[in-house]
Amino acid sequence: MSSETKQILTTDGIPLEVSLKKAEKKNKIKAFLLVAPLLLFLFITYVFPIGEMFTRSVDDKMITNMLPKTFKAMENWDGKELPSEEVFAGFYYDFKVLVENQTQGKLGQRLNKEKNGFNSITKKLMRQIKRNKIDESQSIKEQIMKVHKRWGTVEYWQAIKRTAPPYTMAKYLKGMDMYFAADGSIAQVDEDRRIHRILWLRTLEIALFVTIFCFLMGYPIAHLLATLPMKYSNLLMICVLLPFWTSLLVRTASWMILLQQQGLVNDFFVMIGLVADNNRPEMMYNKVGTYVAMTQILLPFMVLPLYSVMKTISPSLMRAGKSLGGTPFIAFWKVYFPLTIPGIGAGCLLVFILAIGYYITPALVGGASGTLISNQIAYHMKSTLDWSFASAMGLMLLSGVLVIYWIYNKLVGVDNIKLG
Amino acid sequence: MSNNPEFVKFDKVDKSYDGKVLVVKDLQLDIAEGEFITMLGPSGSGKTTCLMMLAGFETPTNGEILLDGNIISNIPPHKRGIGMVFQNYALFPHMTVYENLAFPLRVRKMEKDEIDKKVDKALSMVSLNGFETRMPGQLSGGQQQRVAVARALVFDPAVVLMDEPLGALDKNLRESMQYEIKHIHESIGVTVVYVTHDQSEALTMSNRIAVFNDGKVQQLSNPAELYEKPVNSFVAEFIGENNTFDGEVAEISGDECKINLSNAEIIASAISVKSKGEKTTVSLRPERALIEPNEKMDNMFSGRIEEVIYHGDHTRVRVNLLGNSEFILKVPNSTSNLELKVNQDIKIGWNSSDARALDPK
Repeated sequence: MSSETKQILTTDGIPLEVSLKKAEKKNKIKAFLLVAPLLLFLFITYVFPIGEMFTRSVDDKMITNMLPKTFKAMENWDGKELPSEEVFAGFYYDFKVLVENQTQGKLGQRLNKEKNGFNSITKKLMRQIKRNKIDESQSIKEQIMKVHKRWGTVEYWQAIKRTAPPYTMAKYLKGMDMYFAADGSIAQVDEDRRIHRILWLRTLEIALFVTIFCFLMGYPIAHLLATLPMKYSNLLMICVLLPFWTSLLVRTASWMILLQQQGLVNDFFVMIGLVADNNRPEMMYNKVGTYVAMTQILLPFMVLPLYSVMKTISPSLMRAGKSLGGTPFIAFWKVYFPLTIPGIGAGCLLVFILAIGYYITPALVGGASGTLISNQIAYHMKSTLDWSFASAMGLMLLSGVLVIYWIYNKLVGVDNIKLG
Repeated sequence: MSNNPEFVKFDKVDKSYDGKVLVVKDLQLDIAEGEFITMLGPSGSGKTTCLMMLAGFETPTNGEILLDGNIISNIPPHKRGIGMVFQNYALFPHMTVYENLAFPLRVRKMEKDEIDKKVDKALSMVSLNGFETRMPGQLSGGQQQRVAVARALVFDPAVVLMDEPLGALDKNLRESMQYEIKHIHESIGVTVVYVTHDQSEALTMSNRIAVFNDGKVQQLSNPAELYEKPVNSFVAEFIGENNTFDGEVAEISGDECKINLSNAEIIASAISVKSKGEKTTVSLRPERALIEPNEKMDNMFSGRIEEVIYHGDHTRVRVNLLGNSEFILKVPNSTSNLELKVNQDIKIGWNSSDARALDPK
C-alpha cells in the first residue's frame, strides 16, 4: 500500500484501525477475565507459596533483631582479635532485654547451630544476669569473660558476627552437606555425616531407573494399545488406567502385601523352589520395593503420552518402510521410533519429574535405603520443625527439576512434547 | 525388454480374513512385463486385498502368487523388491525429500555417490529438482504425491503398486497427475499395478483393466473393449453410462436376437444369452442412440422428452422410452442442433450391434 493511500474510515467517520482496535480490546478484556480466576489461582497456590518458601529458606532476621546493639558495635570490629569493650557491652544490653522477655533460649539455640557450645554459655550468662552479678559500672568485657572461658575465645565472637546479615545461605549449604567454617569459608561436613548428598544421588538414581523401567515396559504396551483393534485396545486401556483410578495408598499397600517377606511373591518363589523357605529375600523396605512400586504407579504416565503419539502414526508408514526394502527392524528403528520421540520425551519427563519428588510410596515401602530427598524434607517439616531447611531443600529440588527441564529442552526441544 | 506375459501371476488365489467370507475368490490373473494394469472396482470388491497380497502385507489363504516365475507367497515384503505408492503417500514426515528417496537405497547399502545420482534422477523424473531439503509437510498434496511416486521408483523395482494414489487430490490436479504417471510409465517401462475405484482414471491410464466385483475379476481387457464390449451387466453398469431394458429372449438367430419387452420388441446382439425364454438385460450406451436418425436403423421407437439438461459441450436428454423413463441421450453441441423441449415426442433409433443382451440384473 502506498503512503498516499487515504485512511480508511468507517461509516461514522472513525478511522477503521481505531475502531478495530476498540472492538478487539473488548474481546481481549473478555478473554482475560475468563482466565483471570486461573491466573489468580496459580498465583495463590504456586507463585506465592514458592516466594514464601524462598524467603523462609534464607531468612535469618530473628537473630538480627535480637542483637541490634551488638551488630552495630561489631561494624568496627576487624574480626581477628577479641572484640572491644563496646561489642561486649552491646551484647550484654541486648542479652539483658532477651532475658527480661525470657527469649534468650532461642538465641542460645540459634547460636549453637552456628557453633557448638553456645547453649551452655548463654545459659550461664543468663543465670549471672538474673542474679544481678554483673556490675554495669565496671568493665562488662572482663565480667562476661569470667562467666565462662569460651566467652573469651575469638571463635565464638566470630560466630556471632557471621549471623549478622538478615539473610543466610547456610540452609542451602546444609542441604549439600556443607557449612560456613569459622573463617567464613565454605567447608564440607565430616564424611560420616554427609547424609544429604547420598539422598540427592539416590533420588536421582531412583528417578532415572524408574523412568527407564517405565519406558521399557510402557513402550510395548503403548504400541499394542495403538495397533490393536478397538474392542481389545479398550479393554487393555482400562487395564492400564485401572490402577490410575485406585488410591495411591491402596496401591502402595497392595505392594506391601505382595512384597513382604511372608508376602505372596515370596510365597510363590518358595513354592516353585526358587528360594529356600528360611532364606526369603527382602523385597521391601529397600530400593527394590521403591523401584517396583514406583514403576507400577508411574507407568500410566509413560503409557498415555506414548499412546497418544503412536495413535497418530499411520500404519502405512511402517508398510512403506518395509515395501521400500527395510527389514522390520529397520522400518521400526528408522521410521516408527523417530516419530515416537515426542511421546517418549513427554513420558520420560513426566515420570522423571514425578519420581524425583515422590514421597508416600518410598516412605511406606522404601525403608532406610529406599527413601528419597522428599522424605527428608517431610521429616524436617514434621519432626524437627526446621521449616527453613525444608524450604531450602524443596527449592533445591525445584531448581533441580528446572535444570533437567532446561537440559531436556536443549536436547529434544519442549515444542516436540506431545501430551495428547 | 523381454515381454514376459506372465511376469506377475495370480494362480487360483483365495483370500479370507475371518474364515467365513471369501474376499477374493479363485483369482486367476496374469500381468505382462511392462504393462500398466488397473484393478478397478467398487469398495469391498477385493482389489486392494489383491494389491496387499502382491506387496506381501497379506498372505493368500489359498493359491500362489508368482513374480517372474518364482513363488513369492512366503517372501516377506522387504525382500520382494516391489515399489509401492500408498493411498496417503506415506512419506516419512521426519525425513527430508532427499532422505525419503534415499531410504530404499540406503537400506540396500549403496554408495553415497550412487544414491545422490539416483535420487537426482528420480526427482527430475517428477520435476521436483531443488526440493531435496524440504520436509514432506512443506509440500503441497501434488508435490507429496510426486515424491511418493519417485520414492517407489528410485530403487528400480520390477513392479510398482499404486493404491488409489490420487484419491486425496482435487479434480484438476488428479487429471494432470494421471497423465504424468502415464508418461513416467511409458518412459521407464516398469510394470505398474494400479488400484482405483475411479473408472475414468482407469480408462485414461491403463493398458488393461481388471474389473473387480464380489472378489472376482468380472472382465479383463483394454479400456476400449471394456467400454464398447462389456461382457456382463455389472461391467456395463460400472463403466460409463448405460441405458438398460429388461426383457426376455424371443428368438436367437446367429449373433442377433430379438428381445421381448413388456410393450415392444427390440433387436440386440446376443452376448450372454443362449436360449429362448431366457431373462436378459439389454445395455446401450447413451451416445449410440440417435434422435431423428437420417439413415435406417434396426431399432426405431418414439419417446417423450422428460428433461433437458444443458452441459456445455453436450446436452443430456432424459426420455421416456418403451416404459423406461430413465433413458438418457447425449446430444453433441453443434450448430445444427434441434429444438428440444420437454414433453415433445421424438424418434429415437440405434443399431442392434450397439445394444448388447447381457445377463439379467
